[in-house]
Amino acid sequence: MLLYCIKRLLRSLVSLCLIIIVVFCLLRLMPIEGYFPQFDKMTPLQVENGLRKLGLTDPLPVQLFNFFKQLVHGDLGTSTRYRQNTAVMKIISQKAPFSLKFGLIAVGASIPLGLGLGVLMARRKSGFWDRIGTGYIVLMQAMPAAIYYLFLQLYGTQALHISLLYNPDKIETMLLPLVSLAMPSIAYFAMWMRRYTVDEANRDYIKLARMKGVPSMAIWFKHVFRNAVVPIVQLIPTSVLLTLAGSIYVESLYSIPGMGGLMVDVIKRQDNTMVQGLVIVFAVLSIVGLLLGDILMALVDPRISLTKKQEAR
Amino acid sequence: MSKLAASEKVFERVSRAMLDKLQQEAATRPDDLTSDAVAELPGSLFRLAEHDTADEERTGFSHYSYWGSTVRMFLKNRMAVFTLSVVLAIVLFTLIQPLLPGQIDPNLIHNNPETGLQIINRPPDSTFWFGTNAIGQDLWARIWSGTRTSLMIGLTVALTQAVIGILIGMLWGYVRRLDFLFTEIYNILDNIPTTILLILASYVMRPSVKTIIMAMAVTGWIGLARFIRNLVLIIRDQDFNIASRCLGTGLRRVIMRNLLPQMVSVIMLRMALAIPGAIGSEVFLTYIGLGVPIETPSLGNLINAGRILMMSPSLRYQLIFPAVVLSVLTICFYLTGNAFADAADPKNHR
Repeated sequence: MLLYCIKRLLRSLVSLCLIIIVVFCLLRLMPIEGYFPQFDKMTPLQVENGLRKLGLTDPLPVQLFNFFKQLVHGDLGTSTRYRQNTAVMKIISQKAPFSLKFGLIAVGASIPLGLGLGVLMARRKSGFWDRIGTGYIVLMQAMPAAIYYLFLQLYGTQALHISLLYNPDKIETMLLPLVSLAMPSIAYFAMWMRRYTVDEANRDYIKLARMKGVPSMAIWFKHVFRNAVVPIVQLIPTSVLLTLAGSIYVESLYSIPGMGGLMVDVIKRQDNTMVQGLVIVFAVLSIVGLLLGDILMALVDPRISLTKKQEAR
Repeated sequence: MSKLAASEKVFERVSRAMLDKLQQEAATRPDDLTSDAVAELPGSLFRLAEHDTADEERTGFSHYSYWGSTVRMFLKNRMAVFTLSVVLAIVLFTLIQPLLPGQIDPNLIHNNPETGLQIINRPPDSTFWFGTNAIGQDLWARIWSGTRTSLMIGLTVALTQAVIGILIGMLWGYVRRLDFLFTEIYNILDNIPTTILLILASYVMRPSVKTIIMAMAVTGWIGLARFIRNLVLIIRDQDFNIASRCLGTGLRRVIMRNLLPQMVSVIMLRMALAIPGAIGSEVFLTYIGLGVPIETPSLGNLINAGRILMMSPSLRYQLIFPAVVLSVLTICFYLTGNAFADAADPKNHR
């Protein structure tokens, strides 16, 4: 098991390096004008100096080598344009807690709610809850998030008489952003939970258990739920870890100073070190999330063995 | 590992013993009736079957047709027929709307003939059915023109995604040697932020509908390819396909005849969902400031313009109209796609 994890992490390290190289090269294709806000007024010499300051005049392999050398020392570099001369890690560590606070509460609430809704829907197909839930899932999946976020903010703040924006001193302003974050993920978990539960409940062994006279509650909790939740468990670590990335819509609508718009922001300002740093952080999170998901799945379902899976295919 | 091998060995021993015993019994036990006993049976027990010409013609043919059943199943679902007609109605209307009499150019700025000032933020009335926007353009014309743009983006992106995604997904799943390479490529591409590509694309090509379509198509196929790959892995090792391969069917034919038809329903579902998805991403791109330029109305930039004004209740119509059109369109696409996928799944054909 441990060996498997180490092997897998080593393989991921190779992909991570490739990701960094590709992003690094893509960033070097960006237009030079983008680095300077007043490009039109600058002389060629000033441009040259500015580029040298950003370290962009060296040949690409040299730049790449320097960057990797820095990385090995655990240094993501300093921001060049977003917040000049501030360490990338410092900017992330200032912004991340906001995103984490909202994201973790929202995910924490939406997992039990989503799973509960999914089971409730699957227990009686095309019953009351199934209809309500399906309608809700369709709304969340089909409608662009921007629309329901906007209307929730618009009418929610009116109905509850709270201020439009997030205010750290007033706890009630946290409510609407949390609801906004939780709504789509409840739908997501409910959709998969319903699917897997319906599949599981139609298995032959469940029919046998029913015929044997096993109480309905025992069937649902000991057999159906336990088996249906296995593939969902795999999704949980990724969704928990990626709460760090924040939500661009929710955070900008309620002006929460989180990570949400950071990536787009730094790409638009062509702050190369920030972009590289964020790409690395998010890539590591998603790699670790996938690994943790597989491990968690193997823990929940003892029939799954990670080391065998590779050979079976 | 060793436990499994041991139990396999036990299983093998037991099964061999059982087989031996069965063969022994078959050799020693007498048949129910010997051929002599059959000959002694009285002839009255048997009767000659009459010759039936109709029976002669009858064969094992079933009237099953895949697409026929799919259409029949789809038409049975009244909700789906309704949503499909809404989708068709909207698509048709956006196409013929500019040809209708009395329509206004979406970019024309209206001036008040008496004062010469622009008619800005006029609430809906008989001339401007959906009112005018902040610089005096007719919102009715802009919404339908925007719907046309968004639909075009959605359809083109879904189509290109499908072609590239299916092709690569099939190869990825089917050709074992390519699996490692493609998985590696997937891991890399999946982690490159789409925004970088979009900004690069708009730097190379200038922001326009074409740029957005290109950028979305370049990144969108990745998810579909992975999805198809997983499906192929499931179907590839099923018995019918192994049999076909043993008989020497070529790769192209295996993919076209054995794999693709099995996946029609799921592929159609993904396609139908890709259209509202692409329309939604267009809204998102406009939101982060990388959308279609404002001269080309799209549902994304109309909603974005409406969002800026949403705080004053009298101007809220500028957000609500495009939002309603967009929601109706995406929800109907989604429901139609779901219903079609259900209908296209052979498991649901009776």
